Amino acid sequence: MNIGAHYNYWVAIFLMMTGFYIVITHGNLIKKLIGLNLFSTSVFILYISLGKVKGGSAPIAAPGIEVYSNPLPHVLILTAIVVGVATIAVGLALVLLIYDRYGTIEEDEIRLKDDSL
Amino acid sequence: MDLVIDIVLLTFLGIIALAINRIDKLFCVIMLSGLYSLLCASLFVTMDAVDVAFTEAAVGTGIATVLLLSTIGATDTHQRSAPHRPLLALLVVCTTGAILIYGTMDMPAFGDPEAPVHQHVAPRYLEESQQEVGPPNIVTSILGSYRGIDTLGEVVVIFTAGLSVVGLIGFRGMQKYGDRQRAAGITKDDMDEHLVLRVVIKIFIPLILLFALYVQFHGDYGPGGGFQAGVIFASGFIFYTLMFGLDKGMRVIAPRVLGYIGSLGVLLYGGVGITTMLLGGNFLDYDVLMHDPLHGQHLGIFLIELGIGITVFSIMLLIFFAFSSRKGLRQ
Repeated sequence: MNIGAHYNYWVAIFLMMTGFYIVITHGNLIKKLIGLNLFSTSVFILYISLGKVKGGSAPIAAPGIEVYSNPLPHVLILTAIVVGVATIAVGLALVLLIYDRYGTIEEDEIRLKDDSL
Repeated sequence: MDLVIDIVLLTFLGIIALAINRIDKLFCVIMLSGLYSLLCASLFVTMDAVDVAFTEAAVGTGIATVLLLSTIGATDTHQRSAPHRPLLALLVVCTTGAILIYGTMDMPAFGDPEAPVHQHVAPRYLEESQQEVGPPNIVTSILGSYRGIDTLGEVVVIFTAGLSVVGLIGFRGMQKYGDRQRAAGITKDDMDEHLVLRVVIKIFIPLILLFALYVQFHGDYGPGGGFQAGVIFASGFIFYTLMFGLDKGMRVIAPRVLGYIGSLGVLLYGGVGITTMLLGGNFLDYDVLMHDPLHGQHLGIFLIELGIGITVFSIMLLIFFAFSSRKGLRQ
């Protein structure tokens, strides 16, 4: 089996799992959001890898070019990136509110404060 | 050669991801995540996704980093707790990863032109978009015309996210920002001393704004479009605000005005759809806008890209203002 044939998918999965690991193990809320960002970027990489055609060119029509990469994943991911940053912004706004209320962004300290109420 | 670059970039991405996991200083983590986005953008270029690379470079490296930095500026710069149950998490992650990798065994090889993903609608987009829609940039044709309703949805999502951020953290203490500074004995900003930076930035900002306009209006012919242009245009203003302070930045363009402009963009997009319906076509069917369908498509895509650009610009700037108005709120 040719390693180059699936390397992109494997790295995408590795990045996704690293993001997943960061989200579940780290208690710091900002770190969690960065992990979530890694997770979503890995999906972008997977989609763009699927759209690549060997020997293809960027999907901008020009004379003399016969093979283009698939433009459809590009469209889906382009909008997903901008939506992704907008949702990260909402998450960070929530982090700021939590900091206002609890004075910390560590999950275990927040839980302690909740229990002591 | 392409494959070598591809593998090297992907390996770097993996290393950065591991470093992000290990490092406790949030500032370093944020810088690494900016670098990660930049490498991702390079990777997208090698895979022919120039529009996506453009967006990732502007959004991931620029806006996301600025937002994350404003957040640690208003909260905490260190991660204080150790990882929670790392072994159990590792087990879960490894199992999930193994299942996913098992799933890739059936997938077509990277770059295979016979892969199912290239069989369904993609050939039609590639072969007929020139006759049906017009713009040489096929990504723009799909984004604006074939899948216009999807894109309208995305724009509404961004608009809603902007509203949520303002609704959640608002501009509380914004008017008093100057008072707070004075009360704390800060009469001039930290940035006042960086004379060289201030002069250079004044030269740069017009170029950035001009480039954003080029990206906006040249999106039909090359990589670019409303999403990228909006973000770049906003980054010009963000640059100014970072350098000269929030008060001056908000004097250039007030948050209230940004709210109106943002809604205007969505309204413009939706309005084009309603207009096409009134002219007897389907929703967002630009053929009916003018006598020649191709001209109609051109006008329609121009208008909706403008709507996207306006909304993305104002919402990104609005979110940035909301975040930076929190700076120093707790002192």
